Amino acid sequence: MKMKAGFRNMLLFVSLWLAILTGVASAADQCLECHSSWEEGADAPSAQFQHDIHSKAGLSCASCHGGDPTLDDMDAVRNSKGYKGVPGAKEVNQFCASCHSNPAYMVKFNPSLPTDQLDKYKTSVHGKRLFEQGDTKVATCISCHTAHSIQPASEPTSSVYPVNIPKTCAKCHADVNYMSGYGIPTDQHEKYIQSVHGKALLEKKDISAPACNDCHGNHGATPPGVTSLSAVCGLCHALIADNFAKSPHKVAFDAMGYPECETCHSNHLIEKPKMHWVGVSDSSLCVQCHAPDDGTGGYDAAAKIYETLVNINSIYGAALAKIDTADLKGMLVTDERFALNEVKQAIIQTGTAVHTFDPEAVSQIASPGITSAQNITRQGEKKIEEYYFRRKGLGIATLLITILVIAIYLRIKSIEK
Amino acid sequence: MAEKVARENRLFRWVDERLHIQTLVDYMSHKVVPQHSHSIWYYFGGISLFFFVVQVVTGILLLLYYRPGADSAYESVKFIIAEVSFGWLIRSIHSWSANLMILAAFIHMFSVFFTHAYRKPREMTWVTGIFLLALALAFGFSGYLLPWNELSFFATRVGTGMAGAIPGVGDFLMKLMRGGEDVTGATIGRFFGLHVAVLPGIFAVLLSLHLFFIQRQGMSEPLEWASNPQLQKYRPFFPNFIMRELLVWLIMLNLLAVLAVFFPDGIGVVHWPLGQKADPFAPPPPVIRPEWYFMFAFQALKVLPAHLFFIEGELAGIIILSAGGIVWTLIPFLAGKFSSGKKPALVIAFGWAVLAFIVILTILGYILE
Repeated sequence: MKMKAGFRNMLLFVSLWLAILTGVASAADQCLECHSSWEEGADAPSAQFQHDIHSKAGLSCASCHGGDPTLDDMDAVRNSKGYKGVPGAKEVNQFCASCHSNPAYMVKFNPSLPTDQLDKYKTSVHGKRLFEQGDTKVATCISCHTAHSIQPASEPTSSVYPVNIPKTCAKCHADVNYMSGYGIPTDQHEKYIQSVHGKALLEKKDISAPACNDCHGNHGATPPGVTSLSAVCGLCHALIADNFAKSPHKVAFDAMGYPECETCHSNHLIEKPKMHWVGVSDSSLCVQCHAPDDGTGGYDAAAKIYETLVNINSIYGAALAKIDTADLKGMLVTDERFALNEVKQAIIQTGTAVHTFDPEAVSQIASPGITSAQNITRQGEKKIEEYYFRRKGLGIATLLITILVIAIYLRIKSIEK
Repeated sequence: MAEKVARENRLFRWVDERLHIQTLVDYMSHKVVPQHSHSIWYYFGGISLFFFVVQVVTGILLLLYYRPGADSAYESVKFIIAEVSFGWLIRSIHSWSANLMILAAFIHMFSVFFTHAYRKPREMTWVTGIFLLALALAFGFSGYLLPWNELSFFATRVGTGMAGAIPGVGDFLMKLMRGGEDVTGATIGRFFGLHVAVLPGIFAVLLSLHLFFIQRQGMSEPLEWASNPQLQKYRPFFPNFIMRELLVWLIMLNLLAVLAVFFPDGIGVVHWPLGQKADPFAPPPPVIRPEWYFMFAFQALKVLPAHLFFIEGELAGIIILSAGGIVWTLIPFLAGKFSSGKKPALVIAFGWAVLAFIVILTILGYILE
């Protein structure tokens, strides 16, 4: 023990000298000095902490764990100097909050950073279970942010960067054993990665697509209930939410206690909407509630809306096919292709208008797109006709030229006879 | 019938009294063209001339709708292709004819070279011919930018940039061509002026001289005819040769029509799709290459090392190519000095070397990209 202490003293002596020699004037952090030499690998707390935002802001191990970083004797540190050791699940949150809930202190580092995380946490399912039921399996600050390699959410390497959030949540929520006893599903992550949102975020790296926290909240993580679901979706899909709120479905869904958007679109496995969801076929969602003579008129409305959707999509398809054919024949169709983008836009708007559940409104929104697509089809037909006109013209010209060539040839022969 | 002839004669007399064209008619009726196994090469000068006439006519038609300028050039070419009646055909013919004219001119030049037709007394015909080819290439280079699309923009940037490599005057020359530091709307103005006014003016003068020389000197005869009069065989220039020329021109016209209708945007490496409008801030397209008739020079500059002895590779290339061009132009004056005899082997070898250089580097240019 003595020898080890002597060896450590020598190390300290050498490193101090090195620091002085290299011009580093800061006092050595004894915790890091020793932990770095004992611990191995990039996962070790001492190695991770070098890249932690707290380390960069000038905090040391002792700032969280207590103790005196100038002393090298572990026992002395333990017994006095306020060493706190490894905090338990309950302490962790208080621990982080000791700084992060103090606006006057946080302003030095990042004035725009909120300081109400702990308050929100206490309202979350995680926080309630921890503080009210003493359930220490729930997520605390370090479960999401990590303990020693904390990065700001704007850093792509951070565990709470949008693209990394689904995995961070899934660490617990997709673990069947860990989640057993809570009575909630564990397939959310599996479903989310197949959803339009998941594909946009994880495959296209579109960080404006929602991750778990965009619907569930982050520090105040809570499942959106029946009443707040449409508000959550409406954050991004504002026009659709507005259409729905004014539609007859709003009242009916509220009365029956249906969650609004989720009823048709599901929650985690949100697919790209399909045309046949609307209408009165066996695969349509409308007929799950509406029957031909149920007195709501919903059945007929669904049939009419479906008709409009089929109409605009098929006319778009026909226009696209004509333009592609003309393009293949070498005709210039850049303007028509540009106009087709507007029709595509009209199709999206029509999809939005479906949420009014009013066949007239849907038809009105689709109408300019249908007219435009019909015009483009005609343009495409004209270009294809023009293509054949050119071929015929060339044929006639070639015939005339050939006759002339033969005539001149015969003339030459007759002159030279 | 007799009355018509009399009237024609009256008209002819009226003109003849004022312009004395009878001498010209006499001259034409006595003019003959040598007839032999290589007579076919006599047609390529005429073919070049035919394509040039097509260029003038279609160029004037395009001029009716083309509007130079960074904001209007691309749009007006698009308008010509999409909206103007037969605009697509005129543009397509103009582009095809430009390429065919240069091809015919190259064939014409090498056929003149290998039949030794550049010899005394035809030195000036050769020199004016070389200048005409150089002008044709300048027409090609200046016309390429006018549609102001992505490809033409970046190709012009590279092309004018090469001029900048010339020491001393390079920078001045580059700015003169670009009308500033970079290729901009100002460059279109300059290239347009060059393409429709400056070059046609000089070209018209040189072409008139070239044709005048040919008419005064007649077609060059094969060398062996001088020593062997039995071989000599002629064909009347008018109407026999002219009729044959007309026949070839008609076939060329039909070829042009077929190419223009079937491939309005060109085909393969001879390709001029309108594409996207030029955007100086967009990244350059992955393949920037010059037109095929500049490919050998472009490739020659590309394969040279960064430094050749003590000078920069690109500059060395420009010097070597320019020197080659000067020697080629002065061939009628140098041939006798470096090689004697009727068929100077050294000169022939030089001709084949130049031809091989052009063909091989052109092919390499397309294979190695």
